[in-house]
Amino acid sequence: MSPRSKTVVRRTLRAFALELVIYAALVTGYFFAVLHLLGGWLVQLETQHIRIYAVVAILLIIGQAVVLEAVTTGLLRLLRGGRSE
Amino acid sequence: MFFPISHAHVSPVYLGVVGFVIGVLGGFFGVGGSFLAGPALRLAGIDWNFAVGTDLAHIVGKSVVAAKRHRALGNVDLRLGFFMAIGTIAGAEMGAQLIQAFKRAGNVNFVVSVVSIVIYLSISAFMLWESSKTLGRQKQSSARLKSTALVAKADDSAFQHVTTAIQRWRIPPMISLPASGVTISLWIILLVAFVGGLCSGFLGGGAGYIRMPSMVYVLGIPTHLAVGTDLFEIIISASYGTFSHAIKGNVDILIALVMNIGAAVGAQLGAISTQYFAGPKIRLAFVPLPLIGAAIVIYTMFSGHKL
Repeated sequence: MSPRSKTVVRRTLRAFALELVIYAALVTGYFFAVLHLLGGWLVQLETQHIRIYAVVAILLIIGQAVVLEAVTTGLLRLLRGGRSE
Repeated sequence: MFFPISHAHVSPVYLGVVGFVIGVLGGFFGVGGSFLAGPALRLAGIDWNFAVGTDLAHIVGKSVVAAKRHRALGNVDLRLGFFMAIGTIAGAEMGAQLIQAFKRAGNVNFVVSVVSIVIYLSISAFMLWESSKTLGRQKQSSARLKSTALVAKADDSAFQHVTTAIQRWRIPPMISLPASGVTISLWIILLVAFVGGLCSGFLGGGAGYIRMPSMVYVLGIPTHLAVGTDLFEIIISASYGTFSHAIKGNVDILIALVMNIGAAVGAQLGAISTQYFAGPKIRLAFVPLPLIGAAIVIYTMFSGHKL
């Protein structure tokens, strides 16, 4: 591997590690907020209104995926100076 | 940590790591990863019905992330994805009906195990043969041309003559897929999707292990586009599966949400990685995945344990 490639790989790995740390901090906060705020309501919904629960489950997982994708893409851009990959 | 919907105690870190690993595989190969996620959830002590339903919900989230990333890279054929979704849903329903029929006959476990082992081993063997042959041919031509740059990104296939022959079948209506550079009969698309759906309904999971290779070898879709389009199609079919399982009380959405946190990073990493590999190399790297599935089925068949 050429010295230039080594520098690029090192820089990419450092950015990725930094991204993981920031992401982990964000996710921990989100995690407790969602589980504590939505947990009880979702259990109640699952036992009493199963069809509404099924729709809410799909919307939640898609909504979370869209938000997380935006967060990780934003972090990648921020840490790699405007490039997302 | 206690998850009240499935009444299970599972470490959120474990769920995040499982999600990450499956996210990488999904982003890179365009598979749902249920052959690993199901057993991994079962291993954590989650009941089998919740493992199957929750895994489907997690697949929806992971596929959204990976498909969005692939779309940004120009790897998703939306038109093909919508047609595939129709065939997949019909096939999945048929697969579920077949399961019911074998359940009534009392030999469902044996039949599903044998069929899945045969399918997994056949896919692995065929893809190993085809990708090795294609890579060998590329090596020869690059040595002849003395320019590896010309062939490195080419999505050549040793099975191309069969694919071309299938594309010549002019059974109306013919569908033009400009994103994939292919014009093909709608019936062939629906048939490929139906077979994928049938495997999904009959053997469980998203059946990306059969749909992704079928899209490449039967429809002639370039590998990168097959991976991205398969993920897009999985969003639709897995959402349908999630709804179906959720109304039967088999989905713990809290577990799926936690798994999806790891999968979001893994799926992006996997999707970006496809940019650095030519089609035949992605197909060659795909070979061990169905073998892992076959190993799990053989283990459960002979040990009597459900992983």
